[in-house]
Amino acid sequence: MSASTLRIALVGNPNCGKTALFNQLTGGRQKVANYAGVTVERKEGRFTAPSGRVLQILDLPGTYSFEANSPDEQITRDVCAGNYPGEAAPDLIICVADATNLRLHLRFVLEVKRLGRPVVLALNMMDTARQRGIVIDVPELQRRLGLPVVETIAVRRGGAKALIERVDGEVPTAAPAQPDDAASRADLHAQVREILTATVTMPRTTAALDDALDRWALHPVFGLLILAVVMFLVFQAVYAAGKPMSDLIGGGFGWLGEHVAALMPAGPLQSLVTNGLFGGIGTVLGFLPVILVLFLFILTLEESGYLPRAAFLLDRLMLSVGLTGRSFIPLLSSFACAIPGIMGTRSIQDPRDRLATILIAPLMTCSARLPVYALLIGAFIPIRYVFGVFNLQGIVLFSLYLAGILGAMAVGWVMKHIRRDKSEHALLMELPSYRMPKLRDVAIGLYERGAIFLKRLTGVILGLTVLMWFISTFPSPPAGATGPAINYSFAGYLGRGLQYIFAPIGFNWQISLALIPAFAARETAVAALATVYLVGGEASGGLSHALAGQISLASALSLLVWFAYAPQCMSTLAVIRRETNSWRNVAISFGYMFGMAYAASFIVYQVTRMLT
Amino acid sequence: MRLSELPKGAPAVVDRVHDAHAADPIAQRLRDLGFVEGEPVRVVAIGPMGGDPVLIQIGYTRFALRRAEAARVSVRSEAAA
Repeated sequence: MSASTLRIALVGNPNCGKTALFNQLTGGRQKVANYAGVTVERKEGRFTAPSGRVLQILDLPGTYSFEANSPDEQITRDVCAGNYPGEAAPDLIICVADATNLRLHLRFVLEVKRLGRPVVLALNMMDTARQRGIVIDVPELQRRLGLPVVETIAVRRGGAKALIERVDGEVPTAAPAQPDDAASRADLHAQVREILTATVTMPRTTAALDDALDRWALHPVFGLLILAVVMFLVFQAVYAAGKPMSDLIGGGFGWLGEHVAALMPAGPLQSLVTNGLFGGIGTVLGFLPVILVLFLFILTLEESGYLPRAAFLLDRLMLSVGLTGRSFIPLLSSFACAIPGIMGTRSIQDPRDRLATILIAPLMTCSARLPVYALLIGAFIPIRYVFGVFNLQGIVLFSLYLAGILGAMAVGWVMKHIRRDKSEHALLMELPSYRMPKLRDVAIGLYERGAIFLKRLTGVILGLTVLMWFISTFPSPPAGATGPAINYSFAGYLGRGLQYIFAPIGFNWQISLALIPAFAARETAVAALATVYLVGGEASGGLSHALAGQISLASALSLLVWFAYAPQCMSTLAVIRRETNSWRNVAISFGYMFGMAYAASFIVYQVTRMLT
Repeated sequence: MRLSELPKGAPAVVDRVHDAHAADPIAQRLRDLGFVEGEPVRVVAIGPMGGDPVLIQIGYTRFALRRAEAARVSVRSEAAA
């Protein structure tokens, strides 16, 4: 051990506030939420303690016991025991326990203590404990456990001050290591009970608020009704609040582009600036508000503790399509983006349930699809009110989300019936206390998502937009050419080649071409279409006018359905490869989604054509 | 009586967790979560579809268990204990 750096591991039961504490200690911005299994990887941070010593802190996934059941629990066990490859055993373990849930959490504290390493116990959520009238005799707890005990409030600024002081001081001596066998494991419960009787008084075992809320939220009829209303409101709000702001940004960029263009000489460079940069980027940037509104809801729901309730309500349904209630949270995250969703499946202990969830997660409508949906819906679906309150455009959007969900259920059902392993797999899910979402955490989450979106915009999307502009502008048409210039460009040839595949589902060559950059990042489809149509000179009066004039309703609906099911994007496939460590799963995932998207678009295109 | 048969709201205490087969990981996890002899338990809510899963209050914690999981836990009514 070096004299200046102290290596510390944060461990504890799921959802006891380790990550919130980690953020307090290191000033980090790791994601926190109110359900078990938010942290699925080891995360590291460092800070300098008042004494000048550097503390290196590892935030580890929560675990109920060292008898590890899932990949993320194994990481925690291996790191603590010093068996993790490339990771020395920590100098000190901070064991975090929820003060309102000590009966469960103390057992794990005792298990950690038996490792025979120096341990400090952080009694977290002391504010909630006091509110609920829970009295803990800390000196007595410390004496009985034989460990230093420090109170913390991880969600409050300065709530970890006492912990920093304790950790910065003398490293406590370790208890002797003890063997881990069945008899001693059973003994742990008896010890916990004894310690609790001596040190903790609780006026009642649960929070009165939880009981009251759960009576409604988990009610067989009202519970489902509340869930449906919550989900529906989220999507209506995305449209009602996000869309006007998007239009404002899109319009602003168009105006800006025109003015900048006026300052430049006509030519290819001017067309790059107006069409490529302001046209393409402006259109995509316009969707930032929509995405932020969606994330605002997802983050608030995550923080509140409602999501595991939804998982409880839906478990039976999920089970019937070969999933588990636990799949609900990763799947819901996939509405924001499939990548965190797929990574979040690590909290599903069961490899079979996990793989099933990974394979269907990309069918959830991610936020990158929103720009495409919004553009096409705006161009083709009239603004009309159904029953006087529901916007028809909102209803179409909701239906697209529903199409993704129903498709996922169908795929799950098929997988359930073709797989060989039909054995029983457990749910065993803890329902946390409800909590008022903290403004700071939601704001951090929104900031992070916004930053990621803008980074993609300036990196991948900007690059692809310029590339699209290049291939739609060059080479220039030969002398004496008739038709529009773009027909002679690389893009024209490429698009027409692809059209052979996509003509049966109603895609013209411009759309076929836009599918290529969409494979890298879906929202680029919008920028690509904008570039192709603007360069082609067919987009006077904005992209949505151009589209409405250029493609039929049948093609538009077909494209919407294509985006609901198509195998995209590249990064999602890369994450599937990384998380399952198998190219086979990537191939399965790509293959089934391509087939499904093609079939669904074909039906929609042909049927709409017959009807219109 | 098994925990899966316990009526909603009726107070009971855990008797023991039964292995459904040799080295049953689900049974072991239940024990780790505190389903051990003498712990008071209560069914707080039941799922909307087919009464599955059930929500169990044990100690200060609430766990959602499927019926097949709850059936591994034998309980006795508190009055008899």
